[in-house]
Formats: sequence, C-alpha cells, structure tokens
Amino acid sequence: MLNSERSPITGKRVQLMATCLCDAFYDDVAAATVEVLEHLGVEVGFPESQTCCGQPAFNGGDWAASRKVVRHTVRTFAGDEPVVVPSGSCAAMLFHGAVLEFERERDLPEVEALGRRTWELADFIVNGLGVSSWEGRFEATVAFHRSCHSRGTASGEAALTLLRSVPGLRIVEFGEGEQCCGFGGTFSVSFPNISAAMGTLKLEHVRAALPDVFVSADMSCLMHLGGLAAREGKPIRIRHLAQVLRDALKGGIRE
Amino acid sequence: MPSQPIDQFARELSPETRASVYQSTKTTHEKRTKLLFDQFADPNRLRTLAGEIKQHAIENLDTLLPQVEARLTGNGAKVHWASTAQGACEAVLRIMQARGATKLVKAKTMVSEEIELAHFLEGHGIEALETDLGEFIVQIDHDHPSHIVRPIIHKNRREIARSFEREGLGAYDDDPGTITRRARHYLRHKYLAADVGLTGANFVSAESGRIVLVTNEGNSRFCLAATKCHIALVGIEKIVPRDRDLAVLLNLLGRSGTAQELTVYTEFIGGPKSAAQPDGPEEMHVIFVDNGRTEVLASECREILRCIRCGACLNVCPVYRQASGHAYRSVYPGPVGAVLSPLLAGERFPQLADLPKASSLCGACNEVCPVNIPIPDLLLRLRQRAKEENVPSPGTPPMGAWALLASQPTAWRAALAGGRLMNHVPTKLIPVPALQAWAAQRELPAWRGGEFRKWLRQRRSR
Repeated sequence: MLNSERSPITGKRVQLMATCLCDAFYDDVAAATVEVLEHLGVEVGFPESQTCCGQPAFNGGDWAASRKVVRHTVRTFAGDEPVVVPSGSCAAMLFHGAVLEFERERDLPEVEALGRRTWELADFIVNGLGVSSWEGRFEATVAFHRSCHSRGTASGEAALTLLRSVPGLRIVEFGEGEQCCGFGGTFSVSFPNISAAMGTLKLEHVRAALPDVFVSADMSCLMHLGGLAAREGKPIRIRHLAQVLRDALKGGIRE
Repeated sequence: MPSQPIDQFARELSPETRASVYQSTKTTHEKRTKLLFDQFADPNRLRTLAGEIKQHAIENLDTLLPQVEARLTGNGAKVHWASTAQGACEAVLRIMQARGATKLVKAKTMVSEEIELAHFLEGHGIEALETDLGEFIVQIDHDHPSHIVRPIIHKNRREIARSFEREGLGAYDDDPGTITRRARHYLRHKYLAADVGLTGANFVSAESGRIVLVTNEGNSRFCLAATKCHIALVGIEKIVPRDRDLAVLLNLLGRSGTAQELTVYTEFIGGPKSAAQPDGPEEMHVIFVDNGRTEVLASECREILRCIRCGACLNVCPVYRQASGHAYRSVYPGPVGAVLSPLLAGERFPQLADLPKASSLCGACNEVCPVNIPIPDLLLRLRQRAKEENVPSPGTPPMGAWALLASQPTAWRAALAGGRLMNHVPTKLIPVPALQAWAAQRELPAWRGGEFRKWLRQRRSR
C-alpha cells in the first residue's frame, strides 16, 4: 500500500480533495483541514468540480464505472501540486486502487502521476512538510483508531506523532487496535450483520479505554462506529484528526 | 437489500461456535505476532523474502516439475501426474489395487479434502481412516473441516465427547486428555492393520527431491511406520527450488500457523526404505495434483499459489472470526479460501463468486501472510471478474447511476443540495436499499451536502 515513489514537495500550494463523505456529511472536517493547512502556511486550492475518488465502484467490482470517476478525478486535479486528502482510504484509492484498475488502460501514466502526488493529511504534514509537533492545547484523553487503509503506509505513525505532541492530549491504547471497524464501504450494507458485529466489538474495546474523544484519520470508520453507538443509545464523541489539530489551536475541545 | 450468503450464515451461527472460533483465532494470532516480533528484527523482510522464493517457484514450475520428477525417481520413488481430482483419486486407487490393499491410514492433507479422496475410496470398498485427531473427529461426525490448520475449531469438547460415546469409544467424558487417549488407543491398532500410509507434503525440494512434512501429533510418522507403501499427495505449487529455501519457509510456517518456533515433528523424506534401513515403506509414490492450479497460474491471481496453508489469514480475519469456516462452502475458508476456492472451482466460479466479497478489504490478511500474498488485491480482481461475467450479486449495490453522477460535477452539486431532503423524511421511507441496510443498524448523520463549499466561498470572499 505504500506510496513509495512520491513526487517531492515543491512550493506551498496544494489542492484539497475534500472527499465525498465530507462534501455530503462532514463539512467541518473539510473546513478543519483547510484551517490546519493554512496554519502551516500552505495555500489551499479547491477544484470545484471534484466529486469522489471512485472507490465505491472499485470495491464493488464495477471497475468500468470506477474508472469513469477516476478519469474525472484525474482531470479535476490536473497540474503538479500535491493533492491532500483528509482520508487514508481515499488517498490509498488514488495511489494504489486506481493504479490496479488502470493496469491495462492507456491512461495509466496519468493515473500513476496523480497517485504519486496524493497525500493523506497526517502523512503530508509530517513526512511531506517535515512538521512533527503541534501547538495549542487539547485537554482530553484520546483513543486513536488506525484505519485499515493506513496499513503499510506512514499515515498511522504520522497521525500519532502529531497527536502525541499536542499539549494536554493523552493517548490511550485499546484492545485489538489492529482490527478493522467493520465499515469497508459497500461491505457495510451487503454484510450488515458481520459489519455491525465488528463495529460493536471495536466499540467495546474503545469504551473500555474510557477516552474523552475517539479520533481517526478516516470519517468512514467514524461514521460507521458513531452511527452504531448512537443507535445503541450510547453515543461516543467522534473527531477527525484535522478537527483535533484545529481545535487545539483554538484552545481545545469543541462541541 | 438481501444480505450476502456469508453474512446470513454468520447471523445464524450459534453464539457458542462464534465464541470458540473467536477466542481460538485471537489467541493464536496474538501469540504469532509476539513470537515473530520477539525473535526477528524485521519479520516483514522475512515474509517478503519467503514470498519471493515461492513466487519464483510457481513462475518456474515448467523447469522445476521435471527436475523434481528426476530427483524423486532417482531416489527410488514413483511419480504420478494427475490433472484432475478424479485422476488423483484414481491414481491412489490403482496403487492400492495393484497391492491388493484395502486399508489406508492418512495424515492431514488439504489436497485430499479438495479431491474428496476418502469418500471416493470408501465407494470402492477401501477404508481410508483419518489419523490427525481433528480430522478423525470430522470423519466420525461426517462433518467438514472449518479451518485449514484446526479442522474442528468450530466444535467444543462436549460435542466431541458425545461423538466418541456414540461411536463406542468410551462413556461420555469431555476431558481433553481422555479424548486424546481414547483416539490414540483406537488409532494405534489401525496403524498396525493398514496396508498403505497416505500423507500430503508441506514442501518438496526440487534440489533433493525431499518431501517435507510438518505435524504436531506424530501421526504422519505412524502412518509410515508399519505400512509398506507410502503415497504422498502433493499440489504442484508445493515445490521449492532448493533445500536451503526451507530454512526461511519452515521458520515462518510454524510461527505463523500455530505460534510455534517449529512444529513438534518435521520430517524430511528422501525416498522409500533403502537396503540399509531396517524398516519403513518399501514403495513410495508421489502424486502431483494440478486440479485447476495451472489455470490459477495463468490468471491474474497467481500469487495465491504461494500459499503455504498456515492459516494465519483465517486467524486474523474479522469476517472469518464472525462467520467461521463453513460459511465459505468450500475446502479452503477465510481470506485465502475466498480467493482460492472460486478459482479452483473452474466452471463453477459463479457459485462461489460471493466469497471474494466477504471482506472489508482491511488488509490484515496481507499483513500476516508469511509469503506476503496481496490478498485484498486478489479479492478485488475476483470481484471485478464476477462483475465482468455478469454473475448476479443481489447484495451488492449497483454503481452505474453513482458513477454517472460522480463524473458530472453539475449533477453532483445538485445531488449534494438535493440530499438535504433526507433530513426531513424519516429514513424508513426512503426507498434506497443500501440506505435501508445501513439504517437497520446505524444512525445516519445529518445531510450537510454543499455546506463545506459554501463555507469555503465565504472564507475566500472575506
């Protein structure tokens, strides 16, 4: 999964891929991403014609449909600026999944080129910009979920590096941290029982660690776990990494 | 939207079975990880190396197979080739019949499950007795293994004690020591009475023609102790180029499969008994089985042939832990099975095309695989193949309309705005199957389509 042959960062301008989930549900996460990047002196461009990375159809096996969306994404994010995504999953789609489904396509080089300049947010901050500590204050105990699409990438460690450096923030470990939350895109609706069982188990582990906030670099995992917890009548406070970093700059946790 | 067959199976699985599968897989996985990382500076490099060795082997079978045949023949063994399951079963039968043999004791081999050998032989009046304790229990229960290393992971000792009582192996007693003792007593007599011992092979070295067998119960040695004829049933992908490759692979196999540095017994069999040896089988046959493997080799999923059947991917897989092995309706369950079984099914691929969907694509299987098989990529390729071959998949949401929307920005923005209606209608009334499947278990967050874009425009205009 490693995005190994990445283009070096030149200049301080990036294009933001907000992700379809933030576009539809989690606007504050996309906003926090902008604020975090701007705090670091990065100029953030937002191509208005962006839609989705193409992953739902890719995972569903409909690669022809997915390629249509990926081609749109390649056109939308033209140029050579880094593309920053507040999601390990969508980032991995662009640097791994899309390359797989374009193996036999003539425009593979364009897809690969986009993959090489695509960064998950924490990875971009720590390994792209070389920033490894965060300022401000966030008085809270945080359980951090390493989402599965960060396996084999530098994203999980990058997120933890940033979180550990935030004054006031304490990280708690929880059981079976390497296990999937059960979201898995269309898996969550075509395998609803297994998906919910996996999520329930994850919630048990997380709750046992008594965190104030449950943090991840992927809203998809949090949407699933937060949705399950709310349905159980025992909601948990979920936050994207970008929200934690942004709120730290503004003095701490916000409701 | 109907849920997929494996999901339905998981829902109906007894909580007791689920609990024993979960506990056992979790414990083994955790011990495996600790052992590997305690003992090796970088287990991932070792996994990569092992993967390269096996990949090299399967990509060079055209030269390695003739080489191994020459070595085995030179060592005094007879080599047979079986392109189908039927052919492999018949090869065993012919060897038995030529010796006038009617009793066979067999060690654990997945390929014999794959070709349904015991069933075939019984149909020809031959007793084929499983001697691995787990497989023995599967056999007396007329059941199927549910894990490639631990065939009875789905059973508890009370069920086993009842089976033993039913089979006349002693009054009900669910003490594992007693169960094992009774099985051992029963099997010892069978070893002495058998004509032929059948084993699989974990590896075959093309360099020396040595067959490597890895067990924990010593039953494969007993199978060969009193019998005069040894038959080894071997999938063609079991070949490794050199003896020294075994150092890498054996170091990983025990640790990955059962969290052991090395299994209790590791046998290297060089051929039949020589004149200088007092006992052992005087006749040795090696049957190489294709049964669809060449097709797999020709496909885009050939990496799955690296598999050394350790079961680590089953142990770590959250779906396997919830559904157990029988959910996969095939000999090979779990992540490896979800790739291998539909491929080996040949023309029956559509019947098993739902297996590759039984994954959240979390990648844990790839992370633990001792030969670094990119299982999630292979699952995705098979999903794509199923779609391309128009295999119906009622539990998969259709993607055509979504793709159209997501490639037309104006339509996309309109949908972002229009989605707000969802906030004013009870979810139950929205006739979208995927949404209903979501909402059956989870709350849906409020629709805020387009809000970020609005926020950004305002921020920019300030």
